[in-house]
Amino acid sequence: MREEILSLIEKNSRIDLKEVAACLNISEVEVANELAAMESEGIICGYHTLIDWDKVTEERIHALIEVRVTPQRGKGFDEIAERIYKYPEVQSTYLISGGFDLLVFMEGKTLKEISSFVYEKLSTMDFVLSTTTHFVLRKYKDHGMILNSKSEDERMIMTP
Amino acid sequence: MRNPLSQTIVGIKPSGIRKFFDLASERKDTISLGVGEPDFDTPWHIRDEGIYSLEKGKTFYTSNSGLMELRTEICNYYARRFDISYDPKHETIITVGGSEAIDIALRAMIDPGDEVIVPQPSYVSYEPCAILAGAKPVIVELKNEDDFRLTAEELEEAITDKTKILVLPFPNNPTGAIMEREDLEKIAKICIEKDIFVLSDEIYAELTFKKDHVSIASLPGMKERTIVINGFSKAYAMTGWRLGYALGPEEIIAQMTKIHQFAIMCAPTTSQYAAVEALRNGDEDVKKMRTSYNQRRNYLMNAFREMKLPCFEPFGAFYVFPDIREFNMTSEEFAFALLDSQSVAVVPGTAFGDCGEGFLRISYAYSIEQLKTAMGRLALFIEELRN
Repeated sequence: MREEILSLIEKNSRIDLKEVAACLNISEVEVANELAAMESEGIICGYHTLIDWDKVTEERIHALIEVRVTPQRGKGFDEIAERIYKYPEVQSTYLISGGFDLLVFMEGKTLKEISSFVYEKLSTMDFVLSTTTHFVLRKYKDHGMILNSKSEDERMIMTP
Repeated sequence: MRNPLSQTIVGIKPSGIRKFFDLASERKDTISLGVGEPDFDTPWHIRDEGIYSLEKGKTFYTSNSGLMELRTEICNYYARRFDISYDPKHETIITVGGSEAIDIALRAMIDPGDEVIVPQPSYVSYEPCAILAGAKPVIVELKNEDDFRLTAEELEEAITDKTKILVLPFPNNPTGAIMEREDLEKIAKICIEKDIFVLSDEIYAELTFKKDHVSIASLPGMKERTIVINGFSKAYAMTGWRLGYALGPEEIIAQMTKIHQFAIMCAPTTSQYAAVEALRNGDEDVKKMRTSYNQRRNYLMNAFREMKLPCFEPFGAFYVFPDIREFNMTSEEFAFALLDSQSVAVVPGTAFGDCGEGFLRISYAYSIEQLKTAMGRLALFIEELRN
């Protein structure tokens, strides 16, 4: 049940409770209770809006930064990750396998804002060995949604 | 000049679904709930495999019966999902959609004068295909109070000395009805007793919302007298690829292959390669689509309950079949009026046989948003009629 509720609101966080209830053949109260429970359990962490900022005049620049670090005894990568993700301009931070350790997504208004964050804050941290910054040139797909796609019903009239 | 036309074909009525859509498409702002075709795109990995096959130059005919690789996957699939084993070499043929398989199966088994039992409401092709094959169709009227399942009594009543084939169209278009194991066991018993063959159209087999589909061919003594029809259109959202298949006894498949090789040669090659991918790696897609259809089905049933429109709960395909008898209008009148006043297109039940009178077929191969708008309008319409 929870998984079905989650998959419905994952695609549309504004879907109304009545609709979720109807789709799953349960009562609205049950849906509301499950949502509240999942919020307090930290399963649902927020309700966000997917925005294509390119279509808005305000300039936004996104970058992916690969960070190599030295893990600390007893703490592994957690403490260094925390020091990075606490910066509000950092949108997400993942520990990953492969040639580097942390992948940091960040957002800024200008190139300079991002590069100064990397040079001044990130690369000067203790335990950070190196960084590689990739600027996003264009977003094709984000959060499972293809941006700039128009969906039309392609089905033609036919019988039977 | 002589009349150039065959009187047999002239005598066959064109499908009744068509004129509705012609009307509906002329009007702007119409929401159609009429299409019997998945609204999902074919999953990308399947399309990609089709593209890849073209890049590799797989642009030739396949063998008449279809790619051995695909036939093997189909047999694996039937064994895995429905617990029946078929021989890919002798008991399997790939066709241009399930519809071709229906046609050639009837033609391979019918002699003039044979009778074919066709339960209705059902898909519109069985009756004309039976007539074109030279048979006399015998209609069995399925009933709302039986949840539109075929009962043993109805079947027995329709059987004569000339009965050769029973068409078994479940999960059913247009009613959404299914037949469960207990229902099928009774039918199977009669078919064995009376020595009747079954054409089991299982095109919606993946779209059931109660229990998994049971194929009548899996019941004892039935495999040797059943032709199973299935295809990729509904389960994998592959309508435009035109790919189906038939599974059955070697001697019947051999004669079907003869018709197929003269009329069709072979099914489209690109589609066959794509279908191999669908069967190998498509289970998850099918599951996702089924979940989504089920949510829409629940949504519609809930909407009907709210507007107090009676509708038996259908557990298969992607149709609901609400009962509009309280309004004292024919299905056609209702559908025309609904289109006229609220711009919602649905198909009158009579398009699927006379006994569909008093019912509508509503397809839920549409997004929840579309269904929501359409149900809002339908509720208004019904309210006006009741006042």
